[in-house]
Amino acid sequence: MNLIKPMKWLAGGLLALLSVPAFAALNIFACEPEWGALAQELGGDKVSVYNATNAMQDPHRVEAKPSLMARARTADLLACTGAELEVGWLPILLRQTGNPKIQPGQPGHFEAAQYVHMLEIPSRLDRADGDVHPGGNPHIQTDPRNIALAADALANRLAELDAANADYYRQRHGQFAARWKTAVANWEKQAAPLKGIPVVVQHKGFPYLENWLGLKQVAALEPKPGVEPSSAHLSGVLAQLQRQPAKMVIRAAYNDARASEWLAERTKIPAVALPFTVGGSDRAKDLFGLFDDTVQRLLAAGR
Amino acid sequence: MSFKRKVLAASIALALAAPLGAQAADNAELAQIREQIKQMKEGYEARIQALEKRLQQAESTAGSALDKAGKAEEKAVQAAAAPVASPSASASAFNPEISLILSGTYANLSQDPAKYRIAGFLPNGGEIGPGQRGFGLGESELAVAANIDPYLRGQFTLAVTPEDTVAVEEAFVQSLGLGNGLTVKGGRFLSGVGYLNEQHAHTWDFVDAPLAYQAFFGGQFKDDGIQMKWLAPTDTFVELGAEVGRGRNFPASNRAKNGFGSAALFAHLGGDVGVSHSWRAGLSMLRTSPRNRTYSITDNLNVAVDNSFRGDSRLEIADFVWKWAPNGNPVFTNFKLQGEYFRRHEDGNLTYDTGAASAGTGTDRYTSAQSGGYLQGVYQFMPRWRAGLRRDQMDGGSVDYAANSANLGQAAYNPSKNSLMFDYSPSEFSRFRLQFAQDKSRPEATDNQMFLQYQMSLGAHGAHKY
Repeated sequence: MNLIKPMKWLAGGLLALLSVPAFAALNIFACEPEWGALAQELGGDKVSVYNATNAMQDPHRVEAKPSLMARARTADLLACTGAELEVGWLPILLRQTGNPKIQPGQPGHFEAAQYVHMLEIPSRLDRADGDVHPGGNPHIQTDPRNIALAADALANRLAELDAANADYYRQRHGQFAARWKTAVANWEKQAAPLKGIPVVVQHKGFPYLENWLGLKQVAALEPKPGVEPSSAHLSGVLAQLQRQPAKMVIRAAYNDARASEWLAERTKIPAVALPFTVGGSDRAKDLFGLFDDTVQRLLAAGR
Repeated sequence: MSFKRKVLAASIALALAAPLGAQAADNAELAQIREQIKQMKEGYEARIQALEKRLQQAESTAGSALDKAGKAEEKAVQAAAAPVASPSASASAFNPEISLILSGTYANLSQDPAKYRIAGFLPNGGEIGPGQRGFGLGESELAVAANIDPYLRGQFTLAVTPEDTVAVEEAFVQSLGLGNGLTVKGGRFLSGVGYLNEQHAHTWDFVDAPLAYQAFFGGQFKDDGIQMKWLAPTDTFVELGAEVGRGRNFPASNRAKNGFGSAALFAHLGGDVGVSHSWRAGLSMLRTSPRNRTYSITDNLNVAVDNSFRGDSRLEIADFVWKWAPNGNPVFTNFKLQGEYFRRHEDGNLTYDTGAASAGTGTDRYTSAQSGGYLQGVYQFMPRWRAGLRRDQMDGGSVDYAANSANLGQAAYNPSKNSLMFDYSPSEFSRFRLQFAQDKSRPEATDNQMFLQYQMSLGAHGAHKY
């Protein structure tokens, strides 16, 4: 069995096709765009950030694509949500790339959910309840105070992994934290009229936003998390809203618009598509834009 | 609140138990102790009430505190709004992930499946053909997997066939975070050659494996051996892999020898085109040297005979898959196009009629050059619903039986098959499928097939390969 010759040929031919990735102190693989944006804020030009997903993708339904495999291979740091949001694809990347830096428990494996207080931790685990996450609702990025908590932890992680630039990261974090604090106070002031207003959500993706601004979720269009809205369930929600009106129907940019538009048309309340993460709307270009736009859209609909 | 109370109650109980157990003899002392405990209880009760009052006050001012508080306080306030998770501390927390696949089919076949064959291709004793008529259980798969330690992960998959036989489908150990893009796997595993070979049957888009897989592998190629893969440190996905194994399955044959009976090499290339397209392409080769690979067939005298092949088998596979999902979000609509092409050369000696049941045992040279492949497209046209089309085409190529051709030679024939499927997935854990197929794998009859299938995934949900 002469296998050596074809192997050499194959390896040689493929290596000729390769491009060498750009050099930066830290290669960061961000599972979701919000953590990519945060890593960029904190890391400046000392980091090279790759966003594995975009705002138009349902974060529950991502595939372990070859491109993600290649990027995870060279990553020094994974910046992810955790709380099993990435359970459908990240484990494959971790196993198949064999990259020791980003394995769970290593400094290069960052899960933001570990640093915030989780909401909606299920009291029972049963697939009959739909797409439930044992660690609690993973959509933590809709509360800017969670971003601040994640920023503290991520800045420490950057300083730990790249000790030579530790002061640089700390300085950038200090600046970011100060700007963020001012911005959060500003958003809270702007959003004060939203406190206590009843809202309908498409997917239960906003408990942190509701908790932050005091929105009151009265119904969800998905009968169970991750289960597409059925016409029977929608009629039920419609009947409920006729008795007990809500102010708006909220969905994430990646959600299908049909169910919320259908309900909005019948109940004469506005349907609001929130950016949900960085890149989810034209104005949500960075983390500041994300919350500027989120608050503005809610205010416009709540009027 | 209630937690604090429990802690206090527990400490009281402890305080009670310790002295009582130690000195229960003296009545006067007992009375004294009772009095002390009563005082302690009253004291704690008062303190608990005071604490509760303070907590209520804290809660009522939480709203205003939020505005002023720093980040640490923010977290504490958030904490008051939700229940606290308690990590499970029992020994069972280390139990492996367990998952179970349930599947079943109803098949309506116009031809007798017992007479199924892929004309012109040597029978391989594998899982070929459409299965049985009527209702039938599919393979139930039980998989257990866990990290063994910081360095290794193990997986075990047991397949229980509808005939109540149990087989070890996969049982392997895999390295974790070896570094430099290397992963090593050892044990019994699905080979990395081709595209569909590594995918478990429950993730297939059609009820059955393509004809090429049935003819060249007898289903899927899995061996007992060792695999090494290397992922290049580039932005383009480049993966090279090599395997050596025992050669326990067709096209190899189980042989009682040192060394290895099968060797495979494969290379995969992949990437994205924009945000909506992704692809992977690969080249693989599998070399085996079967010894005494036996099979049964009806010879040209219409007698059932046993034959045996000894020689070299070389297989090359080219595969590709291209996926489209608007903005990379496959939830509403998506499309998947995949195809594979197989080419095999076999060269060696064939012994005809080893049991001398027909025209008498005879050995002579056997050479064959055959190929085949499939092309399929699967379109999800709305959430949960998909439709797919597959074309199988085999090329009987050239087969030379030398002196045995009088007894075994057949007219050239190119088997083909068309399949159309629809499936409905209520969730990512369940799927129902309807499939129609026109199977022309033998010249004498066309088999019109209809299948209804269910596939369910219970328990831990392993992430799926691309």
